[in-house]
Amino acid sequence: MVETEQVQPVTGAEPAVRARDVTRRYGEGETAVDALRGVSLDVQSGKLTAVMGPSGSGKSTLMHILAGLDKPTAGSVEIGDTEITTLGDNELTKLRREHIGFVFQFFNLLPMLTAEENIVLPLTIAGEKPDNAFLSELLARTGLTDRRTHRPAELSGGQQQRVAIARALVSRPTIVFADEPTGNLDSKTSGEILDLMRNSVDTYGQTTVMVTHEARAAAIADRILFLADGLIVRELGANAEAGDVLAVMNELGAN
Amino acid sequence: MLAVALKGLAGRKLRSVLTAFAIVLGVGMVSGTFVLTDTIQRGFDTIFTQSLKNADAVVTGHQAFGSSGGQPVLSPSVPASVLAKVRAAPDVEQAAPSISDEAQLIDHDGKAIVNGGAPNIATGIDPSLTRFNPLTLVAGHWPHGADEVVIDTGTARKHHFQVGDTIGVAARGPIQKFRVAGLAKFSGVSFGGATLAIFDIPTAQKLFHKEGRYDRIDVAAKPLTPADKLVRELRSVLPPTVDVRTTSEQVKVDSSDTNTFLNIFRYILLVFGGVALFVGSFVIANTLSITIAQRTREFATLRTIGASRRQVLGAVIVEALVVGTLASLIGLFAGFGLARLLDSLLVSFGIDLPKAGLVYATRTFVVALVVGIGVALLASLRPAFRATRVPPIAAVREGAELPPGRFAWLKPYLSLAAAALGIALLAFALFKSGLGTARVLTLLGVGVLLLFAGVAGFSSRLVRPLARVLGWPAERLGGAPGRLARSNAERNPVRTASTAAALMIGVALVVFLAVLAAGMRTTFRSAVNDVFHADYAITAQNNFSPIYPSVGRAATHVPGVTVASSIRGDLGRAFGSTLQVSAVEPNVGRVMTQRWEAGSPAALSHLDGNGAIVSHSFADKHHLKLGSHFKLLTTSGRELDLVVRAIFRPLHDTPATLLGSVTISTSTFDRTFVQPKNLYTLVDTRGGASDANARRLEQVLKAFPNAKLQTKKQFVDNQLSGINTLLGLLLVLLALSIVVSIVGIVNTLVLTVYERTRELGMLRAVGMTRRQVRRMIRYESVVTALIGATLGIVLGLGLAALVTSRISFLTYAVPTAQIVGFVVAAILVGILAAILPARRASRLNVLEALQYE
Repeated sequence: MVETEQVQPVTGAEPAVRARDVTRRYGEGETAVDALRGVSLDVQSGKLTAVMGPSGSGKSTLMHILAGLDKPTAGSVEIGDTEITTLGDNELTKLRREHIGFVFQFFNLLPMLTAEENIVLPLTIAGEKPDNAFLSELLARTGLTDRRTHRPAELSGGQQQRVAIARALVSRPTIVFADEPTGNLDSKTSGEILDLMRNSVDTYGQTTVMVTHEARAAAIADRILFLADGLIVRELGANAEAGDVLAVMNELGAN
Repeated sequence: MLAVALKGLAGRKLRSVLTAFAIVLGVGMVSGTFVLTDTIQRGFDTIFTQSLKNADAVVTGHQAFGSSGGQPVLSPSVPASVLAKVRAAPDVEQAAPSISDEAQLIDHDGKAIVNGGAPNIATGIDPSLTRFNPLTLVAGHWPHGADEVVIDTGTARKHHFQVGDTIGVAARGPIQKFRVAGLAKFSGVSFGGATLAIFDIPTAQKLFHKEGRYDRIDVAAKPLTPADKLVRELRSVLPPTVDVRTTSEQVKVDSSDTNTFLNIFRYILLVFGGVALFVGSFVIANTLSITIAQRTREFATLRTIGASRRQVLGAVIVEALVVGTLASLIGLFAGFGLARLLDSLLVSFGIDLPKAGLVYATRTFVVALVVGIGVALLASLRPAFRATRVPPIAAVREGAELPPGRFAWLKPYLSLAAAALGIALLAFALFKSGLGTARVLTLLGVGVLLLFAGVAGFSSRLVRPLARVLGWPAERLGGAPGRLARSNAERNPVRTASTAAALMIGVALVVFLAVLAAGMRTTFRSAVNDVFHADYAITAQNNFSPIYPSVGRAATHVPGVTVASSIRGDLGRAFGSTLQVSAVEPNVGRVMTQRWEAGSPAALSHLDGNGAIVSHSFADKHHLKLGSHFKLLTTSGRELDLVVRAIFRPLHDTPATLLGSVTISTSTFDRTFVQPKNLYTLVDTRGGASDANARRLEQVLKAFPNAKLQTKKQFVDNQLSGINTLLGLLLVLLALSIVVSIVGIVNTLVLTVYERTRELGMLRAVGMTRRQVRRMIRYESVVTALIGATLGIVLGLGLAALVTSRISFLTYAVPTAQIVGFVVAAILVGILAAILPARRASRLNVLEALQYE
């Protein structure tokens, strides 16, 4: 294994998420696996951050921990000013309602609800009324205006993922986490979804963290973090092209 | 969130319907029971109230003591002088005497019209005093003269009698012919299986040997005289040998027997509704658990977008509540139909009771809904709490499984503890003396519930070994599908166990009842064989109603008869409690043997005026020895001072001894009991039971259509047929619970097929035929049903062993043939339950199934 250097966190103005020395160990004793081995990073507000890495690099684990879905073995994670690693279930629920949106690889829509009902579900759950103007705008922006009464089974994969993105945006969360959002889509549809994600960052200044293993997806990000063996090993900036990303991945893969 | 829950239900229609069905039947049984018993109650109430319409007070002979166990205590008749005194009282406007007794009507084929245990009422009335007459004349005229009778419209319709026809009536003596003068009915009430014969008073007095006497006098007060003033006045002028009551008091007395009976009847039916609901709760809990496991990702997604645990809990409970409410409503109304069905069932088992128009009491609605919704709610709690343990991260994990609860490891121990506690409660209730009936029943109920719940909880540990054994034939017969079926049954033991548990409960109760019935049969047969030495016995057509002694006397004179000894029976009262009194004739010793504990067999033949034979248990309880004196109150109100001449001890400690606690001589009995009747007449003939002897006896008995001649073996079989009928009725009622458990198996299989869609697609893709898929599902279903049946049979046998070891007169007899029958029935249940799921599985589109996510 080639020596990899630990990238220092970029300290910008008011990061949305701040992680320090996060480690995550699965199992115990001989069979223990270290998925994360001390990761520190700041997620910049209003930017699209991509987390890349080969399978088993720990990128999904990192996202789960940043989003409060999983707890680190050690280290701290703050969203806004809140340390989330010590929160109980009720506080985490509140955090998710107010600050976090999710986009999943398999869409995770509720099959019995219409597109619109799925989109406003986070508000329904929190007992809030949707802002109709914002909802119409979201529907228009995601191209779902004439699909609002359709159920997921009546929508294409791309349309379902657009419903999921609208659902993540509807409560204007502090941060959206997207887990392989194009992993289950064909190449043309993937392009449309990536445009939509980029667009939401540019239009609403929506802070977004996207985990992906596709170079093309990562290339739309403002910042690309590369994980390998549980550590952030490289970083690329906003001007990186898909080719640059591939080059880094190949390099990491060759390790 | 509510909307999410409701839409979720709508999206899973078949499952929701099947789940609901588990409650519908139980609630239906509860509401049906209430409607039916309320309707019967109103029927009786109407009859009793109508019978006394326009009377302010009622005078009867003094009832010596209250009825007991639904067996009525007759009041003696009063002399005609009482009527004269009543009429002479200043505030009496009018007084109408009447006779009430019992007589069978005889149909065109010469058979007595007797419907199960329903009464054959005979009355004598004065038709000119119309204000007291509760009956409405539909055709003809009221009876007048020695050859006229009016019968009820129901009997006339069923047996094709019209005004002017001749009809036979069997009262105390042989059949007499009467002309049907008219047809009458009670308005607004069906009579059930009862028959009614109305005569004028002199005719009735003659028929029932009550010349110069009346059974009842209805009294109307002068205008403006309050009923209680009238009652006080009558009491002051009448002798203490009569009871004077206001009409409402009299209705209370008249209806107390039927009310006791109806309450017992209602509780028995409700128990079966309760069992069905208990089984239903397993089905619901199981279905919810499976659907929740299948919806793990859905719950996780809800959690990631901000749903709290409480909201997830609420969503599941709301779902259960909605299903429970809808099912309870459907069950409530289905119960109205079920009430009719229950009624026809009872009628077919010979229980035909009076009915007014169907009664829908508020209580019926409230109880049915509360019980149904409550069961759904309770059954949903565990699955609902399980759902709250779905972690949000399950939203991003493939095939995430529900984490076991913190206390999951405790479950087998808790289950065993519950079962042990259940057995302890049962044993305590059975063996601890001095507990009241209500407490014993409650303890038994709770004990059985705990035992079932405990065994059901532990049985997941037994699924693997049982499936190995019970699935073996399937493996041999079914090849690869058979082998897969067995391992499918094993792969989620908890699910298989709770599916099987629903069936287990029904089977356990069925086996329990079958063993008890078999025990009763064995004991009864040997007890009768030991005691009874005659060639023939004569009883009423329905095997149990007492009949008039004229029958027994007629048998005495038949050529070839060496002994005809009648045994009378009624209720008496001694030491403050009501008991069975028998009376025997001096020749009884030639046809009956008892095992004597004290005194000699000769005592049977030499009972004098105050001599008594008492049973061992009666003597023991009241510390009686040979020569002890005790007092016995008879139905006529006379108190007998009796001396113990002998004490007998039944060979098997059985209650089926043919004799009651106290036995006196027939002559004493006839002097001191109201309307003495025979329970049976034992007949010995020259040359033993033979066609010739039977023919000669039958010839004489023709004049007594309600009498039935039976050989000793027929007598035993007929007496046992009562037990068989009761068992049959209970088994039919338990079938309801079995149906619920079938629904449970269907439900589990449907959900399993749905869950294994991708796997089934794979199996089809690698060459499994549709028929093999169906067979695989069918075998899995049969294995599940057999697991339930096996556990149920073991439990049922165990429960029966516990009960028979307590009740000394019950033999523990395993009806092997019946149990084999239950196993076959379980296999059929499995096959039946698999039809729908197997069809769904075999029709899966292979390509779609493979891509199914």
